[in-house]
Amino acid sequence: MEFKDYYAALGVARSADAEEIKRAYRKLARKYHPDVSKEPAAEDKFKEVAEAYEALKDPERRAAYDAAGEQWKQRGSGQSGAGRAAGSGAGAFGAEGFGPGGFEFSGAGFDAESSAQHSEFFEALFGRRAGAGAARSAGQRQPRQGTDHHARVRIDLLDAYRGGERSISLSAATPTADGRIEMREREVRLQIPKGIRPGQQLRLVGQGGPGLGEGAPAGDLYLEIEFAPHPVFRVDGADVHFDLPLAPWEAALGAKVQAPTPEAQVELQIPPGTPAGRQLRLRGKGLPGAKASGDLFAHIQIVLPPAGTPQTEEAWRALAQAAAFNPRAGLGL
Amino acid sequence: MKQTHMSAALLVEATQALDLDALCQACHAQQSQLLVLVEEGVLGEQDPSPTPWRFDGHALARARRALRLQRELELDAGAVALVLDLLDRIEELQTQLRLRVPAR
Repeated sequence: MEFKDYYAALGVARSADAEEIKRAYRKLARKYHPDVSKEPAAEDKFKEVAEAYEALKDPERRAAYDAAGEQWKQRGSGQSGAGRAAGSGAGAFGAEGFGPGGFEFSGAGFDAESSAQHSEFFEALFGRRAGAGAARSAGQRQPRQGTDHHARVRIDLLDAYRGGERSISLSAATPTADGRIEMREREVRLQIPKGIRPGQQLRLVGQGGPGLGEGAPAGDLYLEIEFAPHPVFRVDGADVHFDLPLAPWEAALGAKVQAPTPEAQVELQIPPGTPAGRQLRLRGKGLPGAKASGDLFAHIQIVLPPAGTPQTEEAWRALAQAAAFNPRAGLGL
Repeated sequence: MKQTHMSAALLVEATQALDLDALCQACHAQQSQLLVLVEEGVLGEQDPSPTPWRFDGHALARARRALRLQRELELDAGAVALVLDLLDRIEELQTQLRLRVPAR
């Protein structure tokens, strides 16, 4: 475990006052908050910044962190100090670092819902609230329903068209009987409802965190659905879009062409004189719905055949003569 | 250790929408925090009449996002409402771009 420089993470001096720390945090949070940022690796960066602020905004915690920094410096010069702490079986700070009880904070504490999760370093220094909380409430409070958990699930477009069974693997921090936290992986099998759309949520009752105390019900698990990007189809609500390339003569003369849909190939009637950019609607071929299904839109593109032979060039020339067409008339040319 | 369950998945939409208590539990939030968001219109149209409020999956996602922004950017409810509206607008424009520009 490495010592984390929280002052550097916020870009402030060790002597910074509370106001400076707050300003630095807010500025960085606006830049890196995963809900608003488009920066690469914003989430990791935000976690660092949020953890640093969590440690430094509270005077009690900041004092503990500063004291730990001093100890770290004194011990850190030789390997022996670190080795002794790790060997003691406790965290790297061990009993000798902060005394048997470690630090306990009575304030608002850490929020389980936060986008930021704390590093091993932070937890060694300030403790793990979730574990302690679970143990306390089991002893003293009424049984309490487990917390609701949230996860994102990525499905394929075809799963949404057809519905079907899917198996997903989740790992969650789970409190053990003795109040520790353990990452536990489990598999959940579920039925994807036909016609589900991106952004919709599935609720799995009783699949969240375990209840706290005797007979308390477990929390629920919410799964937010997202679609894996598809090479051909683009989804907008219940409607689905794709590009349909046509040869110039197909667009001009009209044609019956084969077109893809997410489920099967269909024959599509192209009317004569179909311009590029027109959208042909296949009614009801979008995502299926209980009341109404979405539509499927073919966006017409007109593509030229590859470099021609003398015969095809001759044919184009004949067309140019026959059509006597000025495509730039609209520009006044 | 792996456990496998076959779980009934309820789609959080019209018929399976959440009431205020379930929304609080799902967001790990107090009622008062969510009432402020409803007042700001962040969680969609809610009927002011005594009929119980219902929240769909979209409202749940918005509520969680709003609470994260409030807490982590230290914004008040009005500012969060504005941020969410602007984020919606960005998403709408990005969808339009995605739909119009050929995917090549």
